[in-house]
Amino acid sequence: MEMLKVKNINTYYGQVHALKNVSLHLRQREIVTLIGANGAGKTTILNSLSAVTPVRNGDILFEGEPIHALAPERIVELGISQVPEGRQVFKPLTVEDNLELGAYLRYRRREGRAKIRASLDEIYQLFPRLRERRRQLAGTLSGGEQQMLAIGRALMARPKLLLLDEPSMGLAPLVVQEIFAVIAALTRDMGTTVLLVEQNAKAALKLADRGYVLETGKVILEESAAELLENREVQRAYLGKEKKEIWER
Amino acid sequence: MDIWDSIHECMPREELEQLQLERLQATLNRAYKNVTCYRRKFDELGIIPEDVQSFDDLRRFPFTTKEDLRLNYPYGMFAVPLREVVRIHSSSGTTGKPTVVGYTRNDIKTWSHLVARLLTAAGVTCDDVVQITFGYGLFTGAFGLHYGAEQIGASVIPMGGGNTEKQIMIMQGYRTTALVGTPSYALTLADRMEKLGIDPKSLSLRVGLFGGEPWSNEMRREIEQRLGIIATDNYGLSEVMGPGVAGECLERCGMHIFEDHFIAEIIDPDSGEVLPPGSIGELVLTTLTKEAVPVIRFRTRDITRLHYDRCACGRTLARMEKTRGRSDDMLIIKGVNVFPMQIEEVLFQVEGCEPHYQLVVDRIDNVDTLEVQVEVSETIFFDEMKKQRAFINLVEKRLVSALNVGCKVKLVESAKIPRHEGKAQRVIDRRKR
Repeated sequence: MEMLKVKNINTYYGQVHALKNVSLHLRQREIVTLIGANGAGKTTILNSLSAVTPVRNGDILFEGEPIHALAPERIVELGISQVPEGRQVFKPLTVEDNLELGAYLRYRRREGRAKIRASLDEIYQLFPRLRERRRQLAGTLSGGEQQMLAIGRALMARPKLLLLDEPSMGLAPLVVQEIFAVIAALTRDMGTTVLLVEQNAKAALKLADRGYVLETGKVILEESAAELLENREVQRAYLGKEKKEIWER
Repeated sequence: MDIWDSIHECMPREELEQLQLERLQATLNRAYKNVTCYRRKFDELGIIPEDVQSFDDLRRFPFTTKEDLRLNYPYGMFAVPLREVVRIHSSSGTTGKPTVVGYTRNDIKTWSHLVARLLTAAGVTCDDVVQITFGYGLFTGAFGLHYGAEQIGASVIPMGGGNTEKQIMIMQGYRTTALVGTPSYALTLADRMEKLGIDPKSLSLRVGLFGGEPWSNEMRREIEQRLGIIATDNYGLSEVMGPGVAGECLERCGMHIFEDHFIAEIIDPDSGEVLPPGSIGELVLTTLTKEAVPVIRFRTRDITRLHYDRCACGRTLARMEKTRGRSDDMLIIKGVNVFPMQIEEVLFQVEGCEPHYQLVVDRIDNVDTLEVQVEVSETIFFDEMKKQRAFINLVEKRLVSALNVGCKVKLVESAKIPRHEGKAQRVIDRRKR
């Protein structure tokens, strides 16, 4: 079933037309990746979905309900959480406080301590390292651990759809592997649907089911991840296989 | 019955339309970016691909014709550099330059899967032995069906065209269960079996997938009766991909168009206006997933009608009726495209021929025949037999080399061919439709 349906969204930064009639969809339990150069509009799509940068027009349907006019907190409540680029953890707070803040709306809904505690345990199972460091200040964590924390914090809201922005940025290859393994486990074990923006297109495509290629705010390709890995235009431009040449005779 | 890709073939229409829109937007953006011909055409009309929000917006885009492909011969319509192309095919190319199409690695995969869909829809499974009687070569028919059959795991016999007795021998010996080829060749096989005293019912044949030329339901009945098989129709054209655009399921109430890969429109061939659903008109196709040569609103020249009501097989894809002929005057003779214009060109070059001619096309013993009746000057018409014979031989030879199909020339006395007001009736097609 279609979980998210985006039709013809247009997003602007002032006068700059950042997304031009972008349409995309995610089915339940799918991992979909957005690839493209810097400034192509990948992050803007995530920010448009979470209403951090509201769309000017177009439709966003989440489980059949229009959400493009809703406030960010309402969207989180409906089940969409974003892990922002550069982690954005609250550095002066402890790991556990960071995680609990992720459940803020659930506290407000008076869901009860026990349920939130259970979620916390789930996150600690997913990232044992966070449990070890639960009393530590987030600012003292390594980059990889901060990324885990950012993902964990988003998961505390128990999202159906997770928006992940550049989770591998600035991390060592082994740490990236670890984080990607967790993302795979999220869809497999918890049934979370994932929209992934990644600079590391190759790793993202290996993990994802499908992908969209963006260029200057437009979608230029929609294919299965396997096809995108085989697509030589994609290889050339985003997988660093050859120098970029569009045409030769 | 099995469905090869039930996720896509049975998709709720609403989800299908979303997928089509996404792929259409991506295709238009990419074609505009990578294909000069499209960029120029869109710019001239002031159309900006990124403005497209619906299928209605597609109607503003110009048509692509065979002529566009010829003008951009050979690689001008390619959206990828040649080094990314792993296969090149071409249409028969009977008029002037042929049209060239390319496939990337992904295109070949997509093609295989789409043909796998139509084979599965016709009831072919991995247990079948598939004999392919299309000619291998630049023509897309044989390779398309070949890959599709391999994709589903059937055993493929790549016979190629012709050599009828050997085909029959192999069919007996290898216990072929599925026959692939043109419908007229199926009847040629039936004729030959009759002559050889072979009862088709003693063979293992059970299903036939026929395409490459228009054929009637009467012909279907004849094939089914004589070969003792189920005969299904499928549709495709090399400019758009080859076979694998549409195929019949066993309900046999039209060919399911693989709409997640192609957008189909029906237009009035004269005005170019899009006609409401259910109208008879010319089929126009836009590719949604082709990497190497995307085509936008390609005029197929095939006349048909689309049905959108749900098929009993469970597929949600629209169905197209058997094609009812061509919107232009192209003739398909023995599977070869023939334009009256080509014949005219040849006749004009032969001294003694007058610019009045008529083509009589017929199907005798299931073989297409073409007779070219041409008016000649009195000196030739009343010339001695030997010279007249030599003259006919000369014209026939030139026609064969221009058309790639044999024909018979008949000389007619000057002014014997009926004249018409306005457009001449050049073609008399006696084949049953």
